[in-house]
Amino acid sequence: MTNPHFRKLLGALVATSVQFGTLGFAFADTTILNVSYDPTRELYKAYDEAFAAHWKAETGETVTIQQSHGGSGAQARAVIDGLDADVVTLALEGDINAIVSKSQKINPDWRKKFENNSAPYTSTIIFLVRKGNPKGIKDWGDLVKDGVQVITPNPKTSGGARWNYLAAWAYANAHDGNDEAKTKEFVSKLYANAPVLDSGARGSTVTFAQKGLGDVLIGWENDAYLALDEFGADNFDIVYPPTSILAEPPVAVVDANVDAKGTRKVAEAYLSWLYSKEGQTIIAKNHYRPAKPELVPAEDLAKLPQIKLVTIDDPQFGGWKKAQPYHFGDGGIFDQIYKPAQ
Amino acid sequence: MADPEIKSYEPLHESRSAAVTESRPVRIALTIVTLVFLGVFLLLPLIIVFKEAFAKGVGAYFQSLGDADTRSAIRLTLLVAAASVPLNLVFGISAAWAIAKFEFKGKAFLTTLIDLPFSVSPVISGLVYVLLFGAQGLLGAWLKAHGIQILFAVPGIVLATMFVTFPFVARELIPLMQEQGNGDEEAALSLGASGWQAFWYVTLPNIKWGLLYGVLLCNARAMGEFGAVSVVSGHIRGLTNTMPLHVEILYNEYNAVGAFAVASLLAGLALVTLVLKTLLEMRYGAELAATRGH
Repeated sequence: MTNPHFRKLLGALVATSVQFGTLGFAFADTTILNVSYDPTRELYKAYDEAFAAHWKAETGETVTIQQSHGGSGAQARAVIDGLDADVVTLALEGDINAIVSKSQKINPDWRKKFENNSAPYTSTIIFLVRKGNPKGIKDWGDLVKDGVQVITPNPKTSGGARWNYLAAWAYANAHDGNDEAKTKEFVSKLYANAPVLDSGARGSTVTFAQKGLGDVLIGWENDAYLALDEFGADNFDIVYPPTSILAEPPVAVVDANVDAKGTRKVAEAYLSWLYSKEGQTIIAKNHYRPAKPELVPAEDLAKLPQIKLVTIDDPQFGGWKKAQPYHFGDGGIFDQIYKPAQ
Repeated sequence: MADPEIKSYEPLHESRSAAVTESRPVRIALTIVTLVFLGVFLLLPLIIVFKEAFAKGVGAYFQSLGDADTRSAIRLTLLVAAASVPLNLVFGISAAWAIAKFEFKGKAFLTTLIDLPFSVSPVISGLVYVLLFGAQGLLGAWLKAHGIQILFAVPGIVLATMFVTFPFVARELIPLMQEQGNGDEEAALSLGASGWQAFWYVTLPNIKWGLLYGVLLCNARAMGEFGAVSVVSGHIRGLTNTMPLHVEILYNEYNAVGAFAVASLLAGLALVTLVLKTLLEMRYGAELAATRGH
């Protein structure tokens, strides 16, 4: 053990690890973690900055908000497995309910905690087409025409893709007078026009916008605007179909975690400020639909035209608990209608 | 190289080419197929990484590397490698020492066990740690009661990285040490060296190049691991995102320059590893020959 080289080596190792250690962990006064889903990155980047400034002005405390983004279901799973989230802002009610039932970290009556069933913003599904709309796509009916290539992700793996599917279903259901056989045929034709199903919504956007595949992208309203910003407004047009579906992504405080960390006050303020004038304006600027549009300046609302929106609780779907296994479960309708293109 | 020894090998070369029965066009065709394959599947992607990284100029490249979250990802990757590689170095030497120099029951089983991380999908390795250390896992309640955070924090990432890089050092050393046998150590011991001295002055110098080679591979994998780390990371920006995870995040945010800039660092690391490996092989080819199984 007396070898000088060995000692030097050991010393160097300890020194490096100490150095990395101090560099790696520099904590602010209070830190909260927002575990969210994929498309909200830009929204919460802007909101976190504004909230930290607001909190500093109001209480004098410095708060740092950490963000974790991923598929909504996977994120819920991580919170169940111990990811130390103070708040969750996920895509579906069912994902927060999974945290309630599998880990008891969130109180079962979480939906009553904030206004509008704890959904501070909503969103919908629209179309993105090539500039000038060469295929003349205006409504869902245009997507099943011959020679139209539709880009949409796989509903088996993507939450966003399920909304796309259900929006198409709602259109066909209304169009065909509630005839399920005809509705199935319509949706089947739509997916026959899809040359590829990506595993997530962002993957589909990249396929359409960057790789240049397809005539129309079905996707989140905010993602469509983001694609315009990123890939150039002179390449694409946004098309609003007359009808679509209403998605209500909910938020919740993770009670067990905030009580253990003593961050309840700031975590609750973080979510309730989403409903403030400032919060709702940031939401609208990021192309989500504010729950309280009356608080938002008219010019920020102008980009979000009013169209007819069907909810998942509509009788034709009967809520997520019924729609999920019926449409997307093993052997469900999607399995029956979709045959991968060869 | 103007090595005079080369000459003595030349007849060997000729006799080998005489033994090859394929006609010249076939050989040329096979060579072209190999080169095209390498070009399309290895060289082209590498070029694209650097092309995309510099697509908006050198300024944008360095600006994206200067981003706070990117710097934190680079720091975390270095930290994870600095923690897991030395630990695996110690483990690898002890395991190889035990297997190569001693006879004991269950030796074959131990050898298989060391190889296990190679045959298990990295995602499964990550999930194992979730099942073990997660809030619902075997040790979850105990860890929580004692305020220890392993999963979705740096310790979990280090553990997962260690798991997938477990075999690298041991696998390099075992055949080398087996080939070298116990003769040198026995001589040292008979001359009055202590066990530690025998290891430090005899065994270690004998295996140093193989060891370095193993550490290089281990380090490359430790910095590049995606699957296992992705499962245990929690993806907290600026805190638990390693470089490979950060590449994916940046790409999903349409930040192609940022994503490929970080990717270019990883690719650069791979290139440095490759060059070092080639240098090692050129200089110490004979000693390394025993370890060239993979």
